[in-house]
This record gives sequence, structure tokens and C-alpha cells, in this order.
Amino acid sequence: MTTNGIIQIALYMAVLLALVKPLGAYMARVYQGQPIRLDRVLGPLERLIYRGCRVKPEQEMDWKVYTLSMLAFSILGIVSLYALLRVQGMLPLNPQGMGAVPPDLAFNTAVSFTTNTNWQNYSGETTLSHLTQMVGMTVHNFVSAATGMAILVAFIRGLVRHNARAIGNFWVDLTRSVLYILLPLSLILAMVLVTQGVVQTLGPYKSVALLQPTKDANGQMVTQQVLAMGPVASQVAIKHVGTNGGGFFNANAAHPFENPTPLTDLLLILAETLIPAALTYTFGKMVGDTRQGWTILAAMMVVLAIFALATYAAESAGNPRLVALGVDQAGSNINPGGNMEGKEVRFGVARSSLFAVGTTATSTGAVDSMHDSYTPLGGLSILILMQFSETILGGVGSGLYGMLIFVIVAVFLAGLMVGRTPEYLGKKIEAYEMKMASLIVLLMPLIVLGLTAVAVVTKAGVSSIANPGAHGFSEILYAYTSQGNNNGSAFAGLNGNTTFYNVTGALAMLVGRFWLAIPALAIAGSLAAKKTVPAGPGTLPTNTPLFAGLLVAVVVIVGALTFFPALALGPIVEHLMMGSM
Amino acid sequence: MNYRVQDILRPALGVLIAMTILTGLVYPLAVTGLAQVLFPRQANGSVITRNGTAVGSTLIGQPFDDPRYFWSRPSATSPFPYNAGASSGSNLGPTNPALAEAVKTRIQALCQADPDNHDPVPVDLVTTSASGLDPDISAAAALFQVHRVARARDLPKQQVRDLVARFTEPRQFGILGEPRVNVLALNMALDTFATTPR
Repeated sequence: MTTNGIIQIALYMAVLLALVKPLGAYMARVYQGQPIRLDRVLGPLERLIYRGCRVKPEQEMDWKVYTLSMLAFSILGIVSLYALLRVQGMLPLNPQGMGAVPPDLAFNTAVSFTTNTNWQNYSGETTLSHLTQMVGMTVHNFVSAATGMAILVAFIRGLVRHNARAIGNFWVDLTRSVLYILLPLSLILAMVLVTQGVVQTLGPYKSVALLQPTKDANGQMVTQQVLAMGPVASQVAIKHVGTNGGGFFNANAAHPFENPTPLTDLLLILAETLIPAALTYTFGKMVGDTRQGWTILAAMMVVLAIFALATYAAESAGNPRLVALGVDQAGSNINPGGNMEGKEVRFGVARSSLFAVGTTATSTGAVDSMHDSYTPLGGLSILILMQFSETILGGVGSGLYGMLIFVIVAVFLAGLMVGRTPEYLGKKIEAYEMKMASLIVLLMPLIVLGLTAVAVVTKAGVSSIANPGAHGFSEILYAYTSQGNNNGSAFAGLNGNTTFYNVTGALAMLVGRFWLAIPALAIAGSLAAKKTVPAGPGTLPTNTPLFAGLLVAVVVIVGALTFFPALALGPIVEHLMMGSM
Repeated sequence: MNYRVQDILRPALGVLIAMTILTGLVYPLAVTGLAQVLFPRQANGSVITRNGTAVGSTLIGQPFDDPRYFWSRPSATSPFPYNAGASSGSNLGPTNPALAEAVKTRIQALCQADPDNHDPVPVDLVTTSASGLDPDISAAAALFQVHRVARARDLPKQQVRDLVARFTEPRQFGILGEPRVNVLALNMALDTFATTPR
């Protein structure tokens, strides 16, 4: 670890925290329907969309209609994206002549992008046409993010309202999220990315001459290099702003055309954590006590900082097996040092570790370095961040409503300890809420561990493994952890493009997304219907450092108890083996 | 509130179509238009042209194994290194014997091309990058190769070292990322340098 590396991590955290309040307050205005400056430009467009789609913005929905609307929209998204992937060969804007995507891969990809997972069993530059990247991938990057934000806002309304049935209008929440938040942020970010070298063109790939010709695997001379290009900046911007993570290229944010400079790297990490962090302030604002939001953010940021330093330490330590070969892995001002397999020189180990932590803490899943080549402890750290149910910042919207479920569990546990009915923000937490919360907390591990177990005992599962030994098990565990939590990053050595992994992965993604969303909306509906009770002397204050500590403890204990045995078989045993050769 | 099926399906379809037009066509086309007008060089791949032909991109690395050139990092793309049409990392795990084996082979190749160099090899020079297209090597990896390049080109070592120093890009704004050397730019400069009469 170098001083500069720690400064880079600290700088990122400082900039992020400085942006939380302004963006959080702005988003609160957007969701509460208060006047904002962009109204003048986008207001007419918003009203046009409502008129054209027969949406009555003033008509609010109960939780069931809200849920059905969300599901109908998501299913339509899966079907239409699947169709687009199958027929892209017949459509325009396809300069490289990409053909139809095979059915199982198209299904996995359609589910992946509509659930905000963006797991990729395909390689972008050899599979998708420009049109598919635009009207398929980019569109679902926007709307799957907006769907998560809408669900969160409905959840918050459930906490705020009393004796009410309605929790908002899904179409309004979705449209306003896109128009006033995601679109402006993406437009600005995309243009900044272009200035740094991210490509943005509708033209074909470009051939350039190699300075020194080389030979391919068959001994044939290669004198030209083909540069894959496309409408990249517009997609990369929303892929981070919306915590999606699906790369335009196979190498994702490690590709120099997606992430050309250390500055773009910082901006991409900021972009993917910005909305999840700022939504905690929006939450505080909407419930009328911003300290409630800061408390949750504090819990998240403490965990994030610890894991960022832990991952950085593990990667800086390098690979002991290379020391014996005479490789210099000591970090200095002229040598990035550390474990550089699968990392880019312009980022080095510090930026790469921070990126890996940011992308797994949020449910983004974009990578600027290859996680499969991380040291066992570095890989362990990012696996655990996903196994905290994507609550440390998490996905846009989904991260915070996931964390609020853990808040309910924490309040319930505290209530048990002192023998009082638990309550949160004036709402009594009763059997129904706890049943729903338990469903959410328990089902993700069940699907992740269950599918991992199936994969390791079947030939179809094991034959995709790329690395031998404990690391191979980690590849499978990582794949289902990532998909079951809608993250999308991978230990990419595992060949996921088989019927077995395409189908089981899609199942994990569907459960990870909707099994969280539906019970969360049910809790919202139930809470909205309750009356608000004033805080009494026995009420547990939920806006204190003590509560932040309790919340961290609940998230860590639930995650650790559930996943420790599996982690012991993968990264932990690999770490123990790495020292002894 | 009495909802019928079409009361949900119609807005679902309508909003999906509206969003497809807005975020799938209007937004990327607007970014493309702005980028092509304001930053055409970057938007089209930061391509370097010499005498009218495209000879590379400042952002995409190229493979080198001639002792007269500085070598780039190893690349895991197939079927040939630095295939910019199919980016990829090696995805080799840290304890995979294939990784140590590959590193050993690369160290041997470096030693063979420069037998009297007994310095420890900088890690980035013998490990593959994440994209397989990394345009950079570390300053340490460039300095490691100065002796070989100077000898192969019959140039004074100091002159080559000065060239490396000139092409070493510091951290962005002095803080971000790592100091690095763009291999293609350095090698192109070497070529012009060698042909310029002294």
C-alpha cells in the first residue's frame, strides 16, 4: 500500500459525501412533485408521455396495483429485449453484420438487463449490433434503474403515510426518475467521458496498421489491428449512473475505449455510488428527519471504507508464487506493484481495488480489472460485499429498500432484547412485516447456495470451470452470488454461456430481483395502512451512531452466518494454500 | 380504484415505447451528434495517422517482441495478442500453476533478449492486462528495457533513458492512477529518432 493509494481512496470518499446532500435534496423534490428548474424544459415532455400512454398521474395505486404494474413492465421488457436479440441480424445499424443471438443466451441476457443485473454471458463487440446496444441495452439500463428507484420511493411513502391505501403511481415514479435524474446525469457524464477518449460513433470498426506485425495462434502473419467501436459513451454513462454494469465491450471498464484515463475511472466509481448514497438523504428528507438518512449512510460508508482498505491491502501484497520467480511486486512511484495480473497499468492496484469494491458494494458489476485473477483475500472481500444482500449502497433504489428491510430486522431484534413492540418511524413492526422481511433475508442465500450446490455436483456445472482447485469452486459461488444479488460482475474464467448456466443464472436473477421487490412493496402497503404512533420513552431511537452500529452488526452477522461455510471452501482455503507451495 | 388488465398493460406498453424512443434513440443520437461535432478525434477512437494512413490508436496497445522496440505487456486476447476486436483478460487465478508457468516463460524471453540484465522484473511486464489492450507499461517496466533497446539500436543508453523520461506520463492531476509510458508512442518516437540524421 502506498500513501498515494490511500489518498486516492480517501479523495473518492470525500467527493462522494460532498455530493450526497445536493443530489439527495434535489431527488426529494423530484419525488415529492415540488417545482424544479428542469420542469420548464422537460415538463411538457413528461405530460406528453402521460397523455400518450394513458397514464393518469394524479391517480395513485395501492401496493398490489403498483406491484402488478412493475411486473407487467418488467415482463414486457424481457419479452421485447429477447425478441430484439433474436432478430437483430435483420435490423439496421449493424455495420459488423452481427447475427441472431442463440435462444438460451438471449433469454439470459434479456433477464439480466431487465433485472438491473447485467450479467454477461456474451462478449459485446463480437455479439451485438449498434442498434441492439442502443435500443436494447441502453434502454434497459435506464428503465431497470428507474424501476428500482420507483419501488424505493413507494416504500418510503409507506413509512410516511398513515391510514392510507395508496403508495404512489408507478408510471409517474418511473418516468420522473428517468427524465429528471438519470437522463441529465448520464448526458453530462457521457460528454465528459468523450473528452477523455471514450468513443461515440455509429460507424463500423476501424482497421489500423500494426507498427510491428505479429503472428496469430496458427502462425499466420497479422499486420492489421481492428478497433471495435460504437455508441459507447452514451451507454457507459448510464451503465454506471444506473448501477447496471453491462459493458459495451467484453473487457467492460478495463477496455481503454470505455475507461481511458484515471479521471474517467474516478468518475465511473463516483457515478455508480452517487445515486445510492444520495437516496439516503432523499429518504431522510421525505420522512422529515435527515438524521435517519445519515445514520443509514454512515453504516454503509463504514463497511465500504473497511472493505476498500482490506481489498487494497490484499492486492498490494501481490502473489507470493511470483516472488520466487524474481518478479518485483513492490509498489513505488515508478512501479504500480502488487497483483497486476488482470489489471491495467493506468489504474494500478489502488484504483482497481477501489473500483472492485465500489462495483460489488453497489450492484453495478462493471469491472476495470478481472476479479477472477484477484488474490484469494481480495476476491473474498468483494464476494462478501455482494453477500450482504447488496445493502452497502446497493443498486439504485434496490440497495436502500434492501437496507431498510435490514433496519426492520434490527429494530425487531432490539425490540426482542428489551421486550417492547418494535416500531420504526412511528410504525409498529408486527408479524406480517417480519414474515415478509424474513422471506427477503432468507431466500437470496437459499437460491445462491442451492444453485451453487447443484452446479458443483453436476457435470454441466463443473465442466465450465476454468481454474483448478478451490478457485474453481469460488468461480461458481461467485457466479450465483453475483446473479442472485443482481450484481453482474464475474469470476469470468467460468464459461457461463452454456444452457445450464444461462438458464439457472436467469432463475437466480429473477428471484434476486423480484423476490426482494414484491415483499418489500407488500411491507410498504401494510405500513401505509397503519396509524402513526408518537415516539415514547421506550422507543428505540434510529438516528444515532449506536443504531448505525446495530445495523452493521445485523447485516454482517446475517451475511457471515449464512455464507461462512461456503467461503471457507473457496477463497479461504485457497488463501491458506497459496502461502504453502 | 378498480383496475382492469388493460389499465395496466396499456401504460406498460406505452411507457416502454416512449422510453425506448427517448433513451434508446434520442439520447444516444444526441450524444453521438455532440461528440462528433465537438470532439471528433476522441469520439472516433483517438486514431494516429501518418501520411494519411491510420497507424494505431493512442488508447489501444500493440504487440512488440522485436528487441529494437519496447515491449508491451503480455496480452490474453485471441487468436493473436492485442486483438482490439475481442478484448479479454486471462482470468487465471492466483494459484493456477498455468499463471506461474506463463510468467516464467515471459521472464525467460526477456532474459534471452537481454542476457546481462539481472534486475528484478517489474510485475506489469510479465502479467497480462485486464483488457488485453493495455496501451501502457509502468515507468519501471520501460527503464528495465532501456539497456536492451539501446544495444539493439546502437544508441547511447542515456539518450534512450531521456526518451523514456519524456514519454513518462505522471499521475493525472498529480494524484490519480499510476505513472505510465504509452508504448506505441514511445516506439514511434524511437523510429523517427533513429532515422533523423544526427
